[in-house]
Amino acid sequence: MHKFRPHIEGWLLLLPAAVLLGTFTHFPAIRSFINSLYTTPRRNRPAKFIGWENYQILLEDDIFLQSLWNNILFALWTIPLSIILALLMALAVNSNLRGRGLLRLIFFSPTILPMIAVANIWLFFYTPGYGLLDQIRSLFGGSAFNWLGSKETVLECLMVVTIWKEAGFFMIFYLAALQQMPEDLREAALIEGANRWQIFWKIMFPLLMPTTLFVLINAIINAFRMVDHVVVMTRGGPDNASSLLLFYIYEVAFKFWDTGYAATLTVVLLLILTVVAIGQFFFMDRKVHYQ
Amino acid sequence: MTRLEKVGSWLLGVIWVLPLAYAIWTAFHPGEYSTRFELFAPLTLENFHKAWQAAPFAQYFFNTVVLVTVILAGQLVLCTLAAYAFARKQFFGSDVLFVLVLVQLMIMPDVLIVENYQTMNFLGLVDTTGAMALPYMASAFGIFLLRQTFKTIPKDLEEAAKLEGANTLQILLYVFVPLARPIYVAYGLVSISHHWNNFLWPLIVTNSVSTRPLTVGLSVFASTDQGIDWSIITAATLMTSAPLLVAFLIFQRQFVQSFMQAGIR
Repeated sequence: MHKFRPHIEGWLLLLPAAVLLGTFTHFPAIRSFINSLYTTPRRNRPAKFIGWENYQILLEDDIFLQSLWNNILFALWTIPLSIILALLMALAVNSNLRGRGLLRLIFFSPTILPMIAVANIWLFFYTPGYGLLDQIRSLFGGSAFNWLGSKETVLECLMVVTIWKEAGFFMIFYLAALQQMPEDLREAALIEGANRWQIFWKIMFPLLMPTTLFVLINAIINAFRMVDHVVVMTRGGPDNASSLLLFYIYEVAFKFWDTGYAATLTVVLLLILTVVAIGQFFFMDRKVHYQ
Repeated sequence: MTRLEKVGSWLLGVIWVLPLAYAIWTAFHPGEYSTRFELFAPLTLENFHKAWQAAPFAQYFFNTVVLVTVILAGQLVLCTLAAYAFARKQFFGSDVLFVLVLVQLMIMPDVLIVENYQTMNFLGLVDTTGAMALPYMASAFGIFLLRQTFKTIPKDLEEAAKLEGANTLQILLYVFVPLARPIYVAYGLVSISHHWNNFLWPLIVTNSVSTRPLTVGLSVFASTDQGIDWSIITAATLMTSAPLLVAFLIFQRQFVQSFMQAGIR
């Protein structure tokens, strides 16, 4: 009995967290896959096994393909841009610039705001005619333009909102890394006659690599997880031009109540996140040390 | 820094502050000045007053405070226990279980809305604070963060407490928790600001004024027939974010440090 004590104690300590984790993360992930093989149960029709049929529907579903493509574009633009801006911000705030405290406050403040508040603020900013964007444009002779109502601009508008909100968040991780960077490395390089450009690319940038990877993973997850602004600003429109994957799942599940198909879409999203996780495992393991 | 870099930095700063500054201007001025910029336009709190009257914001505030408190309390207890098990106990399957916990860092409850809604429906919890809070309580992030911290606490302290006759829970409460205090503060701030701002899951799982948090309340308010009275909508928007913004302004250093600490581990 004595031998088992630490095992039992360990299990008991873990039990409450394990139950909740299992119920709301692992179980639903597995259930998504199982339900994706069935039709949606309706009042007088129980769920029927249909194998891969939902996945065949998926491949011919234009809205799904559009949402997936939008999401990929969204990730490809917002992630590098917010990371570059975050790095620039961190460099600015970490310098001897006067008023850098105020600047840091300005860059970081969007992070504290709820995405839904941010969405409201930008909705106003983009308002055709009298939003600030059109007002600034009118100074240069531009006319009113429906930024969120046009297929050509709506996704870009949402990207800007996301970058505005995220860059300041990523900035603090770079700031932390920059502050820990040993000053003598820089001085040694200066003595060797390196210019600032070389110092940045040859010394600072490699040292910032673990931070960049950490931020990158976070940014990828967020690109597929955050759809609050879509719900508030565009509802995926016009014509699904701003629909993202999770938003489409939300619509299919809670507007059309097609839970079988929504489960199929969820599986796709889970697959994407799993690929990111595996990528992180192979790519990051050697670079970042979680003692 | 060269002059060009200085100008560039401030230009970026000005661009960054514009949307928020515009919202603040509109919220504190009468409607007719919302898009006209005159330095001496009269200031007013009228918009805030109207917004407060137009929707049950007091109830929403209360709901959000309860929600955030419940989640944080649950997280602190569950994550502390689990983190201690992973940091100090050798038990069957601990490695596999730890990997299973880390899965949640990637696959968050945020994306499992379809199945989790069905679970809540099955449990009869739809439209309760519990439904909003439960999926987030066993936070992988919290477990991971605390485990890393607990691992750095010297074993001698634990042994000494054991000699004094303390049991596991006492050791945890009187040795580990006090020593990890800065990490708890950091985690608490991150958790509060995250869940104060959470929107999609509460939107799905609530449908009444008595449970709805601020974010959902704000979206309902902004979308239903307010016309487009932007003065009132921006006032409501700022009002709902105000507690966090004010807390941030006061505890700026602590906030930034907390986010850094929580992120780097």
